[in-house]
Amino acid sequence: MSVLVPTSLDAALQALSDNPLATVLSGGTDLMVEFNGGHRRAEHLVVVNRVPELCSWHHDPSAGTLRIGGGIRYSEIERAPIADWVPALAQAARTVGSPQIRHAATIGGNVGTCSPAGDGLPVLSATDAVIELVSTAGVRRVPFGEFMLGPKRTARRPEELISAVIVPIAVGYQGYTKVGVRNAMVIAIASVALVVGHRSVAIALGSVGPTILRCPEAERLAAEHADFVERRLAAEVRDECVELVRKAARPIDDHRSTAVYRRHAVGILAGRLLRRAFPNG
Amino acid sequence: MADVPENQIYTLHVNAQAREVHDAWVGESLLFVLRERLGLMGSKGACEQGECGSCSVLVDGDLVCSCLVLAAGAIGQRITTIEGIAPVGAPSDVQQAFVDAGAVQCGFCTPGLIMAAHSLLEHSPSPTELEIREELSGNICRCTGYGRIIDAVQRVSVARRAAGGADR
Repeated sequence: MSVLVPTSLDAALQALSDNPLATVLSGGTDLMVEFNGGHRRAEHLVVVNRVPELCSWHHDPSAGTLRIGGGIRYSEIERAPIADWVPALAQAARTVGSPQIRHAATIGGNVGTCSPAGDGLPVLSATDAVIELVSTAGVRRVPFGEFMLGPKRTARRPEELISAVIVPIAVGYQGYTKVGVRNAMVIAIASVALVVGHRSVAIALGSVGPTILRCPEAERLAAEHADFVERRLAAEVRDECVELVRKAARPIDDHRSTAVYRRHAVGILAGRLLRRAFPNG
Repeated sequence: MADVPENQIYTLHVNAQAREVHDAWVGESLLFVLRERLGLMGSKGACEQGECGSCSVLVDGDLVCSCLVLAAGAIGQRITTIEGIAPVGAPSDVQQAFVDAGAVQCGFCTPGLIMAAHSLLEHSPSPTELEIREELSGNICRCTGYGRIIDAVQRVSVARRAAGGADR
């Protein structure tokens, strides 16, 4: 086993180009668990948490986007100023593990692992975020919906590094909520991100399918009936949206919960977020 | 770029000292290296998956679980363990408050909680109870029920304010 700790993006990309079979280690909060438990081995490790180009963010007000470097940690995402620009991502960040985990775990790592239970992912889905991938061959941008292919399967090529996620800045209400057995240190049993646009509503579900799932029927119904100025949505329409969300879910039974509970819970969470988005009845 | 092939000696900066790590496998966690290679037994290993917080240390000033840090990846970073918080026999204010408040029972979680409490009070000198609970949520204690731990943190906060600053 070899360990490389590059301190520049060029060196990191060269290392991946030389060793396409290398495993990329970012914050370590997923991978180290697997190493410690003996569930995974790696021939070559490239540690990317000391690459300065990955550890910055850039707010572009004219484009209405925030570019968050893949090495930005959740402890930074949960605070202002990022929390002011993408509140749902900050809410999701605050539910990641514990302070210790958030000081290490990065958004690039969350996206790279791409577990259906990854807390940041429903927000990236609902905001139509773009994943920026870089290799010695150049830069490639992939919408999140095309990036996540299955549980822990992504469109990242072995020689590519997740350099950034590009997230549109909030223009209306957005929120993230999840259920688990306690408030801290919980992997989501079900989670929902809801993002209100100028005349649109986006709803993305986590932990209830092989990928993060969008709910196009519920989104369309909510957008058709919502009063975006007065922030109103009739209770009957909201209830219908909740049922459509439950229909969109594709949950399974596993060691963490059951399909029946997940389908029930994801509806409750979506209804809760719809009430927060449209509080005036 | 640090390149650490199999079994190479490397140096970690622990508690303001340069410490050479010999005979290590490069996939070892920082917790394992601290305890088994460097003889620093204060950080405890329990879950080895970041759930319990018993192995909490500071890396470049940030509280992390040392079981989830690749030791060879921490070359060049400042590592502070419980042994670096205060010399033996001269407890820090947080350590003394834990003793005074009865926040130490079996003691296994204590080093991690002391690290977390120091980190919390560094960033937030007058935390609310909710803040304390959230900031200590990554440290599991199976003895105390947390009440006395929260009490200990509040005592330090009050004492430091009374002393007019963040003096230890």
